[in-house]
Amino acid sequence: MAEAHLPSETELQHLAERVFQFSDADETEVHIDFVADALTRFANNTIHQNVSEQVRSVSIRTVYDGRTARATTNKTDDESLRRAVAASAALSRSQPKNPDLLPMPGPQSYTKVNRYFAQTAGATPEDRAVSVARVTELAEQNRQTAAGVFATGASVSAIVNSKGLFANHRQTRAEFSITIMEQDSSGWAKASSPDRDEIDPEALARCASEKAAASRHPKQVEPGRWTVILEPAAVLDLVGFLFYDFAGTAVLDQRSCFNNRLGKQVMGENVTIHDDVTHALQSGAPFDGEGMPRQTVLLVERGVPRHLVYSRATAKKMNTKPTGHGLALPTQDGEAPFNLVFSGGNTSLETMIATTDRGILLTRLWYIREVDPYEKILTGMTRDGSFLVENGKITMGIRNFRFNQNILEMLSNVGQMSPAVRAAGEESFEMVVPAMKVRDFHFTEVTKF
Amino acid sequence: MQTWNALAIETAKIRGASFADARVVDMRLRDLSTKNGEVGTLAENESLGLGIRALASGCWGFASTDVLTREGVQACAAQAVAIAHASAMAKRADVHMVPEKAYIDSWQNPYIKDPFQIPLERQLDLLLAADHQMRRVKGLTLAETSMQFRREEQWYASTLGSQIHQLKMQSGAGIVATSFANNEIQKRSYPNSFGGQHQLAGYELVEGLDLPGNAQRVAEEALALHKAPQCPEGERTIILESSQLGLQIHESIGHPIELDRVLGMEANFAGMSFLTIDKLRTLQYASEIVNVVADARLDHGPGLGTFGYDDEGVPGKRTDVIKDGLFTGYLSNRETAGAIGLKESGGTMRAEGWNRLPIIRMTNISLLPGTWRYEDLLADTDDGILMETNRSWSIDDRRYHFQFSTEVGWEIKHGRKTRMLKNPSYSGITTEFWNSCDAICSRDYWTLWGTPNCGKGQPQQTMGTGHGAAPARFRKIRVGMAFAK
Repeated sequence: MAEAHLPSETELQHLAERVFQFSDADETEVHIDFVADALTRFANNTIHQNVSEQVRSVSIRTVYDGRTARATTNKTDDESLRRAVAASAALSRSQPKNPDLLPMPGPQSYTKVNRYFAQTAGATPEDRAVSVARVTELAEQNRQTAAGVFATGASVSAIVNSKGLFANHRQTRAEFSITIMEQDSSGWAKASSPDRDEIDPEALARCASEKAAASRHPKQVEPGRWTVILEPAAVLDLVGFLFYDFAGTAVLDQRSCFNNRLGKQVMGENVTIHDDVTHALQSGAPFDGEGMPRQTVLLVERGVPRHLVYSRATAKKMNTKPTGHGLALPTQDGEAPFNLVFSGGNTSLETMIATTDRGILLTRLWYIREVDPYEKILTGMTRDGSFLVENGKITMGIRNFRFNQNILEMLSNVGQMSPAVRAAGEESFEMVVPAMKVRDFHFTEVTKF
Repeated sequence: MQTWNALAIETAKIRGASFADARVVDMRLRDLSTKNGEVGTLAENESLGLGIRALASGCWGFASTDVLTREGVQACAAQAVAIAHASAMAKRADVHMVPEKAYIDSWQNPYIKDPFQIPLERQLDLLLAADHQMRRVKGLTLAETSMQFRREEQWYASTLGSQIHQLKMQSGAGIVATSFANNEIQKRSYPNSFGGQHQLAGYELVEGLDLPGNAQRVAEEALALHKAPQCPEGERTIILESSQLGLQIHESIGHPIELDRVLGMEANFAGMSFLTIDKLRTLQYASEIVNVVADARLDHGPGLGTFGYDDEGVPGKRTDVIKDGLFTGYLSNRETAGAIGLKESGGTMRAEGWNRLPIIRMTNISLLPGTWRYEDLLADTDDGILMETNRSWSIDDRRYHFQFSTEVGWEIKHGRKTRMLKNPSYSGITTEFWNSCDAICSRDYWTLWGTPNCGKGQPQQTMGTGHGAAPARFRKIRVGMAFAK
């Protein structure tokens, strides 16, 4: 199967020009997205679902006398584009004037990021099936059962407006996730990258297999305050819940946990967080929903929240400068940082375990939800590889816990960190985070497996 | 549109598919929201495309396209078959499906007012009126309102000879009042949290909610929560109002009964289920007053799980899930039904859109009404906590242990609803919880709630499900653990 066809820059510009021809708005903006994704899914040591999709989207925002709205279509014939422009115009004109609406930005320049890999875009169902067959054979050899996914895809996104702005980003993605199960235990591993050659499915399968074997016949230990070693995926899924708290709009709306806490020591001095789309382990486009260049922002410096991210409109309201983190307009949510990078430390996971007298090692967390938005208490479950650590060694698998944990408190109790890595979880988008050893992590109840 | 389906199926057959079904879906969405007196989101979206599922070499392949030309559809169908052949590289056994008849039919849900024909100005005026009423309450920091409408027209065809046309119109709306004070955030929502109420209905649903008429009350309650005492920690009798109970049903009954989950097909992401097949017709899931059905038929109501046919051409059905407390039925499809000895599918396959593979999804999973008058239930409760409107929800990946918190609690003392409690939460083990149910209110208090945001599958699909419930009482439930120190 050939590499998915994504439109060239010229084709994207031509499509946008056709939209502009149909619009009589004061200003017009076009978002164009082409996505070609495929995913091979396996369970019970066999491929049971295997899918591919090609999706187009042309999303048109018009502005009439300080009023704006958006209409989207997946059809690119003239009639459909005309209809979408007309729908956008009707929506725009139906509302009161918005005094906060700014004129669209003109042409911008962007930091170059290379996140397109032809071998990923050209991955075939056969390529994915070969890898899946290898890992399911490994599971069978170990008398285990494997389930997971191998996904590959390519996409192009462009923003073009009638003021001459043109931004486009081409990216591939690959993801491999595997759960390996025994009668009463399981292990999990996952990786993602723009480059499929960076992913080693068999190594991930071995990791999951070893965790399943090591957590056989889990014992119940009592909930309470524990020293916990969180692998990067577990850290990611917890700290991911902070991302919108860094939005200027969230602070304006008084729903951020950083309200009244900016500039104060609310995390440990070993925690520093940037938003940095250019980081080598990050992904995504170097521009925001209005086509503004994403800037690197120091969010937390040595445990002190220093800066927020701002769209153009929010920046004006808060008398500061935009950072290139705006969401596509119109939106009531303003902006958000999608490229969080933790500074990390230099302690290996093995050393964290070796230096722990009594604690718990967690592979993965599940079904995390916010219990208290200001105290930032999150609840959730452990899953697929929870272990008791005693006297510097993993001694046994344990039954899964429910936690209710204040995340700011957790980030104040970090004793050790590994170097930050690109982590992939299930509850949050990918970030660059370390493994962490944390004091007094709060498990409140235990489940039956 | 059936021409495209026919072309896709014919191409798949020529390429070697032993079975194929195709769906053309034409989707239209409208999304409106306001925040603090200003328009937030104002957007429409239309999407048209085709997805084809092919069985070849004993395995599944699925492909989708929005290039509805002869070449585009043929290429898509050929790709689905090629993917199925690739699947066979890691095959353990051929896929088998229980038989199904061919249907040629057209179905649509009834509605009175097409929401897409209602002037936008009128819809925005309603939201801004509710927003205004909330902001009249001094001290409120955030007033938010929203409406969503979805029109989904689908043409289905299969190699069995089915040709089914369906039209579903869905409406939903809600409001949220949020207050930040004393370093604490509290909120109240109406008629439900996370988007309000959603049904297969027209604009009449939104008009019937009376958002402006409830706006001041929810704003006042959000502020009052700051002064309310904290929900205690310990073992209590609780009464859940119907929307919270709807979510409890969704998480602790609806998901565990999904047969694909039971059989390990969702193990990597959504997880598995404690309801192993040996528990069918042997497990006392709940107390004897508890009866739960999975019902996709219009007779059950205009739920988000209501349809004429599922997305593999099986008519919408009713299945007894819990009968007099005994576990009696799973959600199944043509591929999994045989695993529990069924001769036909339970009819629960649905896809998010044309570009997604149908998978087993909840239909309307509803707790049937009991006999109690609500007033009598309160009067009969000596010491308890009434919990209203979900704030957070979480359950383990086999659906044993859950924890929910709600926006507001009310202390019940000596048969009377007394003071407000903030930050209420409760937790437990699924079967222990349902076996502690000792009272369910009658049909007069029963509401079919819509959950528009249920996630499942890889790639993840979001689906609407329905959950009918009336307020019910549960004894000896652990409360307050979410805020335990």
